[in-house]
Amino acid sequence: MHEIRWHGRGGQGAVTSSKILAEAAFRSGWSGVTAAPSFGAERRGAPITASTRMAEEPIRILSQVTTPDVVVVLDDSLITVARPEAGLQSGGVIIVNTVKPRAELGLPADVRVVTADVTGSAMAAGVVVGGTPMVNTAILGSIAAATGFVTLESVEAAIAGAFPPGPAAKNIEAARLAFECTKA
Amino acid sequence: MPTQKTIAATGNTVVAEAMRQCAPDMMAAYPITPQTTIVEEFAGFVAKGRVHTEYITVESEHSAMSACVGASAAGARVMTATSSQGLALMWEELHIASGMRLPIVMANANRALSAPINIHCDHSDIMGARDTGWITLFAETAQEAYDNTIMAIRIAEHPDVLLPTMSCLDGFITTHSIDRVCIMDDETVTGFVGQYTPKNALLDIENPVTHGAFAGLGGPFFEFKKSQREAIERSRAVIKDVGAEFSELSGRPFGMVETWGMEDADVAIVVIGSTAGNVRHVARQMRESGIKAGVVKIRCFRPFPYAELAAALSGVKAVAVMDRAESFGAEGGPLFLEVRSALYDATERIPVIDYIYGLGGSDVRLELIETVLNDLSEIAAGAQAPTGLVYLGSR
Repeated sequence: MHEIRWHGRGGQGAVTSSKILAEAAFRSGWSGVTAAPSFGAERRGAPITASTRMAEEPIRILSQVTTPDVVVVLDDSLITVARPEAGLQSGGVIIVNTVKPRAELGLPADVRVVTADVTGSAMAAGVVVGGTPMVNTAILGSIAAATGFVTLESVEAAIAGAFPPGPAAKNIEAARLAFECTKA
Repeated sequence: MPTQKTIAATGNTVVAEAMRQCAPDMMAAYPITPQTTIVEEFAGFVAKGRVHTEYITVESEHSAMSACVGASAAGARVMTATSSQGLALMWEELHIASGMRLPIVMANANRALSAPINIHCDHSDIMGARDTGWITLFAETAQEAYDNTIMAIRIAEHPDVLLPTMSCLDGFITTHSIDRVCIMDDETVTGFVGQYTPKNALLDIENPVTHGAFAGLGGPFFEFKKSQREAIERSRAVIKDVGAEFSELSGRPFGMVETWGMEDADVAIVVIGSTAGNVRHVARQMRESGIKAGVVKIRCFRPFPYAELAAALSGVKAVAVMDRAESFGAEGGPLFLEVRSALYDATERIPVIDYIYGLGGSDVRLELIETVLNDLSEIAAGAQAPTGLVYLGSR
């Protein structure tokens, strides 16, 4: 079973993306798929987590993910406050939206880290809401590239199902760009 | 078996879908976390013309249930949903709905009651309402929440029953998690729930009746209560029949009590709601290390399945009850009191230990379940059972 933990900030759409990833996993052939938010005080900008599980058999464990094998960080400013490496399984990977080099992120040296300029992908595709680039759908492309758990096609299909056609096309383009700029 | 489609969806989404398929004549609801998306999605179905329901927005849950009582007495099929403080605010009308024998179906997203303020899962809302005369079903998964919602209509509206029915699902854990769910087609659900033919409808002007009139000293109040008791006792057979019929259609088993590994279990955990999944997972693991663990899940809390529970637990050496609600000052939580009472007539005295867990959404980690099974295993081998209840995993 794969356990994915999301770190985002209120308003960044981590909960929405954890659900779209679940849909993509379902479409990629995983028979057990769950996604769960971890709500606290629901205020904009506060660090939040969400989780997605995928397995080859039905999943009946519904507790919070504490030992993930994949951690997704929507915003590199979360690294010092949210400690994304906590509980990471050996051989696991942390996917970070950043333009900084790996060495400057402050993550332990023995952990596999995949970085991508997901914000750049979102901006290039025009996924900008109220002047703020939305990275939550774009980073699904990075997850597909870094893990191979889901295909880019299934991510695109899941995004198409989650938005009206116009916004869906932009979000799909953002995920494609992020997929291409993610070095797995 | 009719065709079903498998989707990835939250518990709330599929409860809203089940409600659309049951096509109530009327819904009055007030939003409250973590139930809100049920009535929000249902309101969307109404707005898009996908269901022809009179949808009434109200100013509180007190008004929501009042409006539901009025519409149901008028003769409408009525559904609604609430949670926590909302259920507490409906308190008066919960009794009125059952006393007037109105087959209203309500989803409850189980959530803690304040104070301190908390929006997360426990069962203190529904356990506080356990004596309001509502039939009460519990779901472990989004699938069960979907199935229970549909079965609830048939149970509530059955002429032998005519009691309001609550379909409970764990707040956030089941309401907001995405899970795989099999959805039946509309025709199958329409055929299963059938047309509602109300008894004693206020709008049946050819046969005028009074509902909920004064029945004071010398009146039939006492006999009304006795009739409610008789009706909920009759519901046992109806729940089994409806469950069996639904299983035929869905291919999914239904029991008021559902067991796992109980054929040869030495120790057993009795659990209700979403935690059953974690408990089964750990029980399966512990069996590999030689502990013969079994799991008994309660899917129907009112009426309480005493006989089924006693039969399921016969022969075990120690039982743990998982209570996600308190009954301060009682010997244990609400489920513990029921389980121990159910075992009173057993020939062998079985030690029963109460574990209070998960209040206010406190996470139910697998290692906590392991400690419960280890405790039970030691008690089964002769160790002294703890006196008093255990707060599982508290700091």
